[in-house]
Amino acid sequence: MTGAGGEVLLDIRGLRTHFFTDEGVVRAVDGVSLPVRPGQIVGVVGESGCGKSVTALSILRLVEPPGRIVEGQILFEGRDLRTLPERELRALRGHRISMIFQEPMTSLNPVFTVGDQIAEAIRLHLGASPAEARERTIEMLRRVRIPSPESRVDAYPHQMSGGMRQRVMIAMALSCGPRLLIADEPTTALDVTIQAQILELMKELQRESGMSVLLITHDLAVVAETADQVAVMYASKVVEQASVRELFGAPLHPYTQGLMQARPSLKTAKEERLRMIPGAVPNPLFFPPGCKFHPRCPLAVDSCRSVEPVLRELRPGHWVACDVVHG
Amino acid sequence: MSALLEVRDLKKYFPVRAGLFSRVTGWVRAVDGISFTIGAGETLGLVGESGCGKTTAGRSILRLIEPTSGQVLYQGTDLLTLSPAEMRRRRRDLQIIFQDPYSSLNPRMTVGAIVGEGLLIHGIGSRAEREEIVRETLRKVGLDPAYINRYPHEFSGGQRQRIGVARALALNPRFIVCDEPVSALDVSVQSQVVNLLRELQEKYGIAYLFISHDLSVVKYLSDRVAVMYLGQIVETASSEEVYARPLHPYTQALLSAVPVPDPDRRQARILLPGDVPSPLHPPSGCRFHPRCPSFIKGLCDERPPAMIDYDGHRAACHAVEQKRRP
Repeated sequence: MTGAGGEVLLDIRGLRTHFFTDEGVVRAVDGVSLPVRPGQIVGVVGESGCGKSVTALSILRLVEPPGRIVEGQILFEGRDLRTLPERELRALRGHRISMIFQEPMTSLNPVFTVGDQIAEAIRLHLGASPAEARERTIEMLRRVRIPSPESRVDAYPHQMSGGMRQRVMIAMALSCGPRLLIADEPTTALDVTIQAQILELMKELQRESGMSVLLITHDLAVVAETADQVAVMYASKVVEQASVRELFGAPLHPYTQGLMQARPSLKTAKEERLRMIPGAVPNPLFFPPGCKFHPRCPLAVDSCRSVEPVLRELRPGHWVACDVVHG
Repeated sequence: MSALLEVRDLKKYFPVRAGLFSRVTGWVRAVDGISFTIGAGETLGLVGESGCGKTTAGRSILRLIEPTSGQVLYQGTDLLTLSPAEMRRRRRDLQIIFQDPYSSLNPRMTVGAIVGEGLLIHGIGSRAEREEIVRETLRKVGLDPAYINRYPHEFSGGQRQRIGVARALALNPRFIVCDEPVSALDVSVQSQVVNLLRELQEKYGIAYLFISHDLSVVKYLSDRVAVMYLGQIVETASSEEVYARPLHPYTQALLSAVPVPDPDRRQARILLPGDVPSPLHPPSGCRFHPRCPSFIKGLCDERPPAMIDYDGHRAACHAVEQKRRP
């Protein structure tokens, strides 16, 4: 999937991140390839345990033991982050590549003011003086629309609401002008009206700065609203990948179709029964052989139980890992 | 439909204590005068964002927490005047399903003991009869009765929530409070539980108070919907009405904020400024006024709006009242 259609900012190739636990090897990410082009918002969507967050953490080598990247390349601006010396990687983190997480309270240090925490990155990466850093911090808080940033800069995280804290996280992530923002479930902990504010803000800042965004979420609707490209993950692999319009217009993988029909939308008629995907997401210690979705799949045939499908381009730019469906 | 349950002016205030002697320094008005009715076999959806008081409302109705004031009439009897023993007897009819299927099931009890506990407490049947009821209830929720001696940790999230449903169902209740019953579940599993709740209602005529922040699920399941903001109900009508013609500016903003799984319909949103204020110091007048796009100065910030009935669609908003007044 790489190489098609111009320049790539981040190119994840054949990534495998495994966890070596006492109970066995958890193949959390098992052969994921994903290109992110400049200025694109790429959504990675999937249910809990599908490997989407571990994929995100692997990019900046933030996976902790017993987890380890065992295979693959993570090319960022042409350099492989997997083999980059720790010093050089540290210079990239929070500078060229930033990350925001689901729960802003646990990602902010409670004993420092939000201003100190943002200014730290600016001084470290941009070599700004304390006065310059403070000024830029206030400017960043203003850009993420925190009211009266001149006084909020001295507030502590606990003095802010969840939505405010997520804005601070975004201000911090964008303070050094990153080329790539990795956002791991950035609105999942927020109420729907606050979620709308934050997504709108992220889109606007992305347009202004031209950075790329890797948006990790469990919510297909958030992807539809925000992203340009989307990858659907199931059981440690990408099972479908396309532009957002293509994927929502013509979902091909039975899992993607099931996900889309399992949730009622505001338009679902009362008389309709919701589509059910039987069973549950498989335990990564005991993945089924063949296609990992086959025990839950309405289309499964005999070969699905033994042969693991690979991504195939079934329509232009639309890749599907299923040997049963056609384009 | 005659009312099975009628809630009148229900309030629950939590004291805020401070200082050496834990003096009460204020009250969090979590639920501040809500009223609604639920008919037999009906589903009322109670929606609102975190902190609006919807969960407190559900628990106060069942007296899992004691309300501060108000009335909860169940088949004509005010539950809030019952003695603890009388209330316990009534609980046969009134059950609850919790959000988190991981923390709401006792890990040391078998599925059989969890589902059968209510039967035991209410002294229903012999041991063998109780076991038969438990098996039958497990069948009703789509679990294999052979699981009766297993423990909760052996089940997936969706199956655990089925156990939670079975526990509520075992006593043949007339009314179940469903408190965010699918929010903790994976999307692919949510629909299994949503469909189950609907089937059980169709078969056994159970009434639900369905509490959720998920507007799509509420619309799908509810006959009527009540929208809560900062401890109060701001709008209530049939589910179709609320979603097709929301009257209250808060409901309008809430609905427009729901992301739509259709990239061609990226819509103009009503983006509300700011956050939900603290229920410790709710704003004067209409509680929504500091964030409201239809704010009328000198009115909304001074007088609380009355709940007004517009042909069965009720809303508490000065701006709506002015527009709709003949």
